[in-house]
Amino acid sequence: MDFGRISRRHLLQGSAALTLGAAAGVRPALAAETTIGFIYVGSRDDYGYNQAHAQGAAALKKIPGLKVVEEEKVPETDAVEKTIESMINLDGATLLFPTSFGYYNPHMIKMATKFPKLRFEHCGGLWSDKDPKNAGSYFGYIDEAQYISGIVAGYTSKSGKLGFVAAKPIPQVLRNINAFALGARLANPKATTQVIFTGDWSMPVKEAEATNSLIDQGVDVLTCHVDGPKTMVENAARRGAFVCGYHTNQSPLAPKAYLTGAEWNWEALYPKFVKMIAAGESIPNFYRGGLKEEIVKTSPYGEAVSAEARKHADEVKAKFLSAEGYAIFKGGLVDNKGKTVIAAGTDRGQKDPELEKMDYLVEGVIGATS
Amino acid sequence: MADGSIGLWTVPLAVLGGAIRVSTPFLFVSLGECITERSGRINLGLEGTLVMGAMSAYGISYLTGSPWLGVLAAGITGALLGALHAGICSLPRVNDIAVGIALMLFGTGLAFYLGKPLIEPTAPRLPAIDFGWWSDIPQVRAALRVNVLFLIGVALAPILYWAFRTTRWGLLIRTAGESSDAARAMGHSVLLIRLRATMVGGFLAGIGGSFLSLFYPGSWNEGLSSGQGITAVALVIFARWDPMLCLWASLAFGGAAALGPALQSVGVTSGYHLFNAAPYILTLAIMIITCSPKRTLTGAPAELSITR
Repeated sequence: MDFGRISRRHLLQGSAALTLGAAAGVRPALAAETTIGFIYVGSRDDYGYNQAHAQGAAALKKIPGLKVVEEEKVPETDAVEKTIESMINLDGATLLFPTSFGYYNPHMIKMATKFPKLRFEHCGGLWSDKDPKNAGSYFGYIDEAQYISGIVAGYTSKSGKLGFVAAKPIPQVLRNINAFALGARLANPKATTQVIFTGDWSMPVKEAEATNSLIDQGVDVLTCHVDGPKTMVENAARRGAFVCGYHTNQSPLAPKAYLTGAEWNWEALYPKFVKMIAAGESIPNFYRGGLKEEIVKTSPYGEAVSAEARKHADEVKAKFLSAEGYAIFKGGLVDNKGKTVIAAGTDRGQKDPELEKMDYLVEGVIGATS
Repeated sequence: MADGSIGLWTVPLAVLGGAIRVSTPFLFVSLGECITERSGRINLGLEGTLVMGAMSAYGISYLTGSPWLGVLAAGITGALLGALHAGICSLPRVNDIAVGIALMLFGTGLAFYLGKPLIEPTAPRLPAIDFGWWSDIPQVRAALRVNVLFLIGVALAPILYWAFRTTRWGLLIRTAGESSDAARAMGHSVLLIRLRATMVGGFLAGIGGSFLSLFYPGSWNEGLSSGQGITAVALVIFARWDPMLCLWASLAFGGAAALGPALQSVGVTSGYHLFNAAPYILTLAIMIITCSPKRTLTGAPAELSITR
């Protein structure tokens, strides 16, 4: 009860100050010293999802006049609401980035309703008209970068067998697997991608076992979609297989085995957001983009990537960057059970909401979603 | 086979490889806990000891360049945590299970705090012995790359079995565990025996942790243990406080952990959550088969707070 009373009082003080500021003609969003809060679900140097966001936060720290406060290992529960409140009340944060998927609903929505003058930006959520206007969700079409990884992997694999260590069969993960497999088939029409689900986001022993059993099956290029790709990258490299990274650049872990990787580009996006606020523009509540919008990027090619692979991958990348774009999921797409999932003639482009509901694995993927 | 695949043979091979690779932490923690529990005390804090061991081994290996010093450091850290547990439990009216839970949280928390700067660097790892030299199938060779710690653990089980039965200190530990009055009547300090037993148990659990960070999966991160320490403590009850049964149970758990991924890799994709749960189903099944309302668990030391 005490907590609620204190925060309500702080809120009243806060909004009074904001009203005064607004009355005096000062834009409250980006005053002389603006504080931005970042909240991570895991450790910010995990060589993965959280590190990618922390790199974005680091890019903001370089901008003069910005103060960044961070908190790691905040569970996707009421705990995140307390963290948000303390960042607002104690640190004076006016822009918040709760970066984990499960923070969005109900936690961030609740906080955005409670602090209507502050801005909340969530990674991965699906903002809809019913949600508060000061909340927003952004995400990247990282499947475009996975598609490029797939092309490189398809050329590099000698056995034509690729492996994918995945956490859970949810749409975002399936979309990455499918994009990787389709990219590989562009390079080698006979290539197969074998997927193993570990069941959770961070299971190092299971990830290592999955990596080993894939390699035992003759897989010679692996990638993954788990929170920390370090285990997969190191174990695959030890067995002499090649890897494509995910989330951030893991090439320092295995310089010889690292081909390329699908990376987030938050260090380009976050300064963009801050500039938009400073210029008095509003950030679109629903913000999405891929390679062209600089929300995702690919790692520099490793030494093992052939000239042929580089050429093909660069061509496709140029198409993604072009004005008309490029559709990975083209009409006439068949899943690995033989069912047509996208009818001939209807290409599903990057922004197609149907793709965010993906529940199938395409032809060429060995594995099942349940 | 021409394409380098070995088809369905992957499954038994992965289970064998998994038994060798995954079982070592289970083996060390359960043998350590076996010694502690035989002396009449339960140390539930070994999950924390395992994680602290993993972190300190990785840190020392990274700083000194010698993974073996890392293993030693992990053992010492474990022994110190064991001493802490035993020290607190020596105080009157202290419940060892509650202390264990506190130390489990303390150990993991401290390891995460101190281990923060260790997530990024790569430390030198322990070497493997290639027991698959006779085979020209790469999969077999990979499965038979064995770490010395595994061999030490396997050797330790029969040694402990023998020591409990025939040596003087084995008898002392058992006396302290079966009847503290008898031990006191013989002129021995029960607290001192339990202190030593808990320290040795912690030492072994710390070494089990060093295997996780320095051999397999082979790097330090916060999800490394994912409950293996607490599983190993449960495994001791499951193994009826018998070091040899601890060995077999650890191997079974290691093999079972490899079953889920291996079955998926050969195309058995339905119900992988069920296969991932195989170790726990195995535990439950054996518990149900062997339990009886008419007597206490056979082999349970009489002084344990769960049987008393």
